Formats: sequence, C-alpha cells, structure tokens
Amino acid sequence: MPEFEKLGVQILSMSIDSVFVHKMWDDHELSKMVDGGIPFPMMSDVGGKVGTAYGIYDEQAGVETRGRFIIDPDGVVQGYEVLTPPVGRNVSEAIRQVQAFQLVRETKGGEATPSGWRPGKKTLKPGPDLVGKVWEEWKTDMAFD
Amino acid sequence: MGEEFELHCARPTGGPVGANEESQSDETSEKTSREEMKMIMVGQKAPDFAAPAYHKGKFVNVKLSDYLGKWVLLCFYPGDFTFV
Repeated sequence: MPEFEKLGVQILSMSIDSVFVHKMWDDHELSKMVDGGIPFPMMSDVGGKVGTAYGIYDEQAGVETRGRFIIDPDGVVQGYEVLTPPVGRNVSEAIRQVQAFQLVRETKGGEATPSGWRPGKKTLKPGPDLVGKVWEEWKTDMAFD
Repeated sequence: MGEEFELHCARPTGGPVGANEESQSDETSEKTSREEMKMIMVGQKAPDFAAPAYHKGKFVNVKLSDYLGKWVLLCFYPGDFTFV
C-alpha cells in the first residue's frame, strides 16, 4: 500500500477470525493478489469485543461489519464509514479523506475542505469574511470530480 | 511494531484496553455493556485495544495506542475467505 505509506498512514485490519486463519488466508489467497502478502498487521477479535467497542459488531450474525475508521496522531477518530458486508469500500475515498484531514491539521483548522475537494482543488478559509460569501468561492459543480 | 507472542492451543483474541476491561468478566455488567453498544463519536478518542495479529509471517501483539503520533486507518471486515 505505497499510497498510504506516502501519507504516513498505518493500516490495521481486524475480523473475528483467528490469527491462524489470517495466516492461511494470506498464504493461500491474498499473497496471490498482493506481492509478498499483506504488509500490515491482520488483527484478531474472536468474540467481537473490540468491534463492540467501536459499535460495528453484528451480534446476531457474529461478525464485524465493514467499519473503517480514520484515527489521527492524537488517537482521535476523525471519520468513519460503516457498510453491510456485500458492498466493498472505496479505497480512493479513504485516501482522499485522509488527505483532507491532514490538510486541516497542518493548517491548524485555518483551511477547510468543501464538498468534492481533492488535492489541488480550492479550500475555504473559515472566518468572518467568508460568512454569506461561500457562494462566491464555491460552486455546486465543484462537488463533483 | 508489536512483540511476538508464544503460541498456545487456545485462539488468542483482542479486547478493549482500559475502562471496560474489568467489568467484562462480570455477567451482569457484560449484559449492560452489550445493551449499550452504540456508535462512537467523531472528534472523540478512539477506544484503545490490544489484539493478537498476523503480520508478515509472525504472530504479534498489537496495541492501538502504540501508533499514537501516526495516522491510522482501522478497517473491520466480516471474515477471511469471504468475497468482497
């Protein structure tokens, strides 16, 4: 995951499978998709206690739903997304969100990223002068790629 | 990176670190905490946890708070060998 490495992001994955099953999955399937196998820790949460703490454990099904959390260097959750099992995540969107949160953090909140922002697109500088003037700075077509 | 741990026959598993830890053995409080499962808030601290992990050929212990100072993307998923 060189994209995440470049952004200084540590990926951690977790499911209710044991570490032994993680090893088998990596050895027999994932290493055929990713050269050298999965580069990040694949964590085990048999019983779903951690998933419960994060509010994404489906007790009835006994599995964890597709919860994805962005945690900043202070250990604060900046964003999350939770999907039911049949729909996979959009990795590019996770990257875009990390980039946006990093920009906000670097500017100490001096800049905010409006809807549709991605690197290179215009940010907004919240302040008294911007009140009622967002319409001059941001157009609805900027919400789309 | 987490420390390697010794293997035994039981499947090691993860759990929250801190406040909830003591209450989890007690049956009544476990029920309460289950009923109380709710979504966490953005802008709040991520619940710390420790969990065993498979990482590049080794079994290691991972603690979320070991990564303080870094951005972390924490991804849960339903199960190994599933389809999506």
